[in-house]
Amino acid sequence: MNHRPVFLVTVLCFGFAFFYIPILSMIVYSFNGSRLATVWGGFSTKWYGELFNNRQIMRAALLSLKIALVSATFATILGTMAGIALARFRVFRGRTLFSGLVTAPLVMPEVITGIASLMLFILMARWIGWPSQRGFATVTLAHITFSMVFVTTIVQSRLAQTDASVEEAAIDLGSRPWQVMRDITLPIISPAILSGWLLAFTISLDDVVITNFTTGPGNTTLPILIWSKVKLGVTPDINALATITVTIVGIGVIVAGILLQRADKRRDRDARMAYRENL
Amino acid sequence: MSAAPTTLRRLRRWFNRKGWGQITIATPYIWLLALFLVPFVIVFAMSFATRTPTAPPFSFGGENPILNWENYRRLFTDTLYIRAYLTSIANAAMATVMCLLIGYPMALGIARSSRSWRNILLMLVILPFWTSFLLRVYAWMGLMGTNSWFNKLLTSFYNGIVPDDWALSYIPMMNTNFAVVLVTVYSYLPFMILPLYANLEKLDLQLDEAAMDLGSRPLRVFWDITLPQSIPGIIAGGMLVFIPASGELIIPSLVGSSSQPMIGRVISDEFASARDWPMASAVSVALLVLLVVPLMLYTHYESKAQRQAQKRAEEGQ
Repeated sequence: MNHRPVFLVTVLCFGFAFFYIPILSMIVYSFNGSRLATVWGGFSTKWYGELFNNRQIMRAALLSLKIALVSATFATILGTMAGIALARFRVFRGRTLFSGLVTAPLVMPEVITGIASLMLFILMARWIGWPSQRGFATVTLAHITFSMVFVTTIVQSRLAQTDASVEEAAIDLGSRPWQVMRDITLPIISPAILSGWLLAFTISLDDVVITNFTTGPGNTTLPILIWSKVKLGVTPDINALATITVTIVGIGVIVAGILLQRADKRRDRDARMAYRENL
Repeated sequence: MSAAPTTLRRLRRWFNRKGWGQITIATPYIWLLALFLVPFVIVFAMSFATRTPTAPPFSFGGENPILNWENYRRLFTDTLYIRAYLTSIANAAMATVMCLLIGYPMALGIARSSRSWRNILLMLVILPFWTSFLLRVYAWMGLMGTNSWFNKLLTSFYNGIVPDDWALSYIPMMNTNFAVVLVTVYSYLPFMILPLYANLEKLDLQLDEAAMDLGSRPLRVFWDITLPQSIPGIIAGGMLVFIPASGELIIPSLVGSSSQPMIGRVISDEFASARDWPMASAVSVALLVLLVVPLMLYTHYESKAQRQAQKRAEEGQ
């Protein structure tokens, strides 16, 4: 249906203006020469220079990237396993509890997850002597736990859409379960695994609240550093940092979008050809 | 024959038959039990403890060593907590309604677009969602400040329509509940649009056309046909906005009013500043029991009922 009511188009325009005006304003003000963040003082790129010379910010960014890489990778492995378990093993002991454990972190207020993890780490340090101090390890453990369930959701819904009959056929023909997993299941869900990893990576890179509770002195991630700076008010160098983030993410999302659209078209074409050949 | 090869062979046989599946289930299961369930058991147990000036700052003792209801009693007698719950619920409900009012027509507009436009518009919705949450809140801090171009624009607009006596030099937006609702709507709008879009995109437009052919006006078609079919999408989107918004910590602490704290802030302050772990735990448990669990159960049974209704309809055909 090509007829679009004027009302819907108007709402879409206003909606996207609402989405993008704050971001555009932030980008414009990152080139502001004035120290006062909200008063225009001529065009300048000095905040970008200051940003790259700021050792504290660079160190925090590096730590955030390290945590995000490690936690996304483990979250993807664990989350994929959980997704396969829920989608392909229909009956096992404790399945209800397991599916509850997989959905709960999705809706849990982050503050509660944060204090719960911190109390666990403090009591563990008391009882078994580890972790003696909080930092990279504790933040990574917490990030793996709450981002793995997002991977599970993606993998599980992908597996629910695919027919299990190919895997069953392979079992009937004498394949080992792990061979079926390696040769059939994993290739089918590889796009879901990839998007799960990306989601876990961004969630970890972006997290403030849980990191705030589980990190220790000297281990400041980038969001925690921004958080402590922003609490005191608007500062121009954060505008520059935001502009860089938006640019990187924007390019990534647009490239991914174009690739997906191309793959979509190719699949359509292939399906049409296959249909014609079978006629 | 030595024992080692037999053990190895047995291990291999176990692995090939059932072991692979058992490992696949057990690894994430144990992980979530240890790092997600155990912490919550700790929170639950902690809510019955007594605060002490030791490290760690709690103990189980006193008159009722096992079930000490003191923290829960304080929860219902100290108005700080009740007010914080009410503020949280009011702000989150307001934000959810606003998200629905803005997000529904947007999702409908996207769902009714041509296929190539649809992908572009969806990408435009998802793009801000991938950028940092913190930076999106920060962007509004820049806009709402007393000297910003946005505030000046709104002020001159406001001064233009009200009598001169009411004129303001700026509009006080920062550190108010209004700011919390506005930024919450901004941050969570994609969570409303995406499930609504997924729902609206699947609807059969033949029903709309049939109603139109039978003489219904577009608004009537929307009210009688589109809206009832999109209720699952509305519920899903509403939950995705309301639950995290009610426990939100970042938005209220950056743009919210400090005299009317929201519940996330209260939990964080009790825990970190007051070092009252038992009270922070009791507030958390109450938030879960009063808000999150009922909503989860409701969604669960609602979607189950929907599925059953669908199944019955299919069987009837």
